[in-house]
Amino acid sequence: MSFAKLTVSALALAAMSATVASAQGRDNVQIAGSSTVLPYATIVAEAFGENFDFPTPVVESGGSSTGLRRFCEGVGENTTDIANSSRSIRPSEIETCAANGVTDIIEVRIGYDGIVFASDINGNSFEFTPADWYLALAAELPVDGAMVANPNTNWNEVRAELPDQDIAAFIPGTRHGTREVFDENVILQGCEDSGAMEAIMEINGGDEDAAEEACMAIRGDGVSVDIDGDYTETLARISANPEGIGVFGLSFYQNNTAVLQVATMNGIVPSTESIASGEYPVSRPLFFYIKAAHLDVIPGLQEYADFFISDDIAGPWGPLAAYGLVSDPELAETQRIVRERVTMGDM
Amino acid sequence: MTDASTPVPPKSSLYATSDRVKRRNRSETRFRAYGFAAITVGVLALILLVISIVSNGASAFRQTYITIPVELTEARLDPAGNRDPAEMARVTTFGYAPLLAQALQQHLQGQGISMEGVTPRDLMAMISQEAPAQVRALVLANPEIVGQTVTMEMLAGGRIDGYFKGRVTLESAERDSNVSPAQLLLAERMAEAGLIETRFNWAFITGPDASDQRPEAAGLGIAILGSFYMMIVVLVLALPIGVAASIYLEEFAPQNRFTDAIEVNISNLAAVPSIVFGILGLAIFINFAGLPQSAPIVGGLVLTLMTLPTIIIATRASLRAVPPSIRDAALGLGASKMQSVFHHVLPLAAPGILTGTIIGLAQALGETAPLLLIGMVAFVREFPDAPPEGFFDPTSALPVQVYNWTQRSDPAFVERASGATIVLLVFLLFMNAMAVILRRRFERRW
Repeated sequence: MSFAKLTVSALALAAMSATVASAQGRDNVQIAGSSTVLPYATIVAEAFGENFDFPTPVVESGGSSTGLRRFCEGVGENTTDIANSSRSIRPSEIETCAANGVTDIIEVRIGYDGIVFASDINGNSFEFTPADWYLALAAELPVDGAMVANPNTNWNEVRAELPDQDIAAFIPGTRHGTREVFDENVILQGCEDSGAMEAIMEINGGDEDAAEEACMAIRGDGVSVDIDGDYTETLARISANPEGIGVFGLSFYQNNTAVLQVATMNGIVPSTESIASGEYPVSRPLFFYIKAAHLDVIPGLQEYADFFISDDIAGPWGPLAAYGLVSDPELAETQRIVRERVTMGDM
Repeated sequence: MTDASTPVPPKSSLYATSDRVKRRNRSETRFRAYGFAAITVGVLALILLVISIVSNGASAFRQTYITIPVELTEARLDPAGNRDPAEMARVTTFGYAPLLAQALQQHLQGQGISMEGVTPRDLMAMISQEAPAQVRALVLANPEIVGQTVTMEMLAGGRIDGYFKGRVTLESAERDSNVSPAQLLLAERMAEAGLIETRFNWAFITGPDASDQRPEAAGLGIAILGSFYMMIVVLVLALPIGVAASIYLEEFAPQNRFTDAIEVNISNLAAVPSIVFGILGLAIFINFAGLPQSAPIVGGLVLTLMTLPTIIIATRASLRAVPPSIRDAALGLGASKMQSVFHHVLPLAAPGILTGTIIGLAQALGETAPLLLIGMVAFVREFPDAPPEGFFDPTSALPVQVYNWTQRSDPAFVERASGATIVLLVFLLFMNAMAVILRRRFERRW
């Protein structure tokens, strides 16, 4: 029966090739993680593939938490070698890693990313302070010794100098590392700056943790919209609603200056210079984590890491800075950490 | 017949329509109008979709190139002067970039083209960052050309390319931090001098993906290969398994509760959201069986699971459509049950099976969700090997590539994503047309 024979042999072939290939080693570096780090990682991977004899690393996105979870799944060829992350690894993640045998992790800080507030190029210009954002987006505000639902619906109700425009904010969803920075560097900061923090502590009897939590609770009445997708989705929302103000990464804004205008924060215009000097307040470090156990197993892993943070790439005149990464003034120290394979436990 | 028995003349006449008939006719007219309206809405939506995709994406198939002579200076490319490729490889693409900027500047001066308002740095930005890599690869492959002047055709930067396609205008360049109007005007002058031309771009279909800084160089080659490999895996696995299962269930299996339960489950599986198969694939094929991430074999296995119900349902329908008289005749002439199935029933059902398989494959080709979970949404620049080893190399896939490009920040990727959608639609159209043709040509009716 020719048909049956064909079937059986095809199945046998498939099964056989499966065993053959899983026996052979992996020769490319595998990276997964943050979608904020992704563009930088692809730029480096591409240049690495062009300039070295190693194959171009495979870079996946999926978010910092997903990347670190997969990184911590264990040691071996079908686990990832590097996790990109837009926040530092959490103690709970280090524990998970250790439980799965991933004990030696090298933390590499590649630079800083600015978080900017941008709106439609033809709309009003904004000059924000963190307090404005707190007063616009907090779920409840302290008024005369009691917490009341946030009544502000127009920016000029938040502060008289701001333009007469309805509040419509598009902020990153909670699965993004960016949201954490937004909550802490903008909302919490604004809560403290505006004096609301003290007022809340007076109401709740001095419980600081509860007050911080109350500060960072974002209103859910549709004035602020969580964007779980990428910045392209935020951009599409703003094109559809010209009154909207979105939260973007600096590099995304720099690629779309033809349609977006950026708001200042405390009077500072975000740029790689103002973020590097620390004047612009909303920025965060970007990282990648290397599985030290893979360093001498996967060809090209050490070279990729060295190349990533070399002055040619991550320095102030390299391609990453041109794309919007704020280069790290302490790059030399990071280079030493990677060269000497200093793991997190050693520090 | 008496007058008394004369039947009462009917109220309705064939010549004058009664109210009842009129009402019925009106209701039918209305129904036709509803149907027509429904079709119109559907067709309009389709036309809108196609127009938006084609208007955004058609330009992805054309690309702008700059052609200039480049002097490959020995001092820069081979400082040791011994033409040893291993030593020359130490000069990275960053070393090649200034060479191109210099070549462009010299050529423009030689041609008498004014570079008003364009700094050397701006000049470099007009050439794609892919170009240094292109020259470096050429030099390392032919070390003897160092010292000569070669005419190079290089990609223009994404914004310059956008200008010739109408995506970037002098107005938008005014506000754009990545390009200045002076650069666009220079590009215009270069085009008049014949240094810049826009033409069909094969690299979009054959080339690998590129990073966010080089939208002009991004191609679909690996994604198409990855999708192709996955389709091979699906075909090789899903067709025989699906057909064998259907033949057994339809022709041999006893009718009892067990087979009923299987039947219900197969129909249910066909309606399971495809992402569930991705979760299953991650758990079984990658975590348990230890197959590699981002590999077409895993994608193919997951899509096989997803396509199986479709193929089984289509195959069973076409087996059932073969009249029992064929089976009876074969059995009556002394054929065994198996001979009757394989010699008579299966060949007659083959066109239906093929159609079902092609439709299942087309569905699998356009599937994105399960691939997200098994690492196919990846930046891959290395072409996979030929099968079977290639099944285990990392690749991307067409629908995933579209998804990937829509997330990039450079607006030039919108064009690429739409272009990739066009390619995907062409493949789907081709496969579905095949299904129709096969059915028309081979289907038999009884």
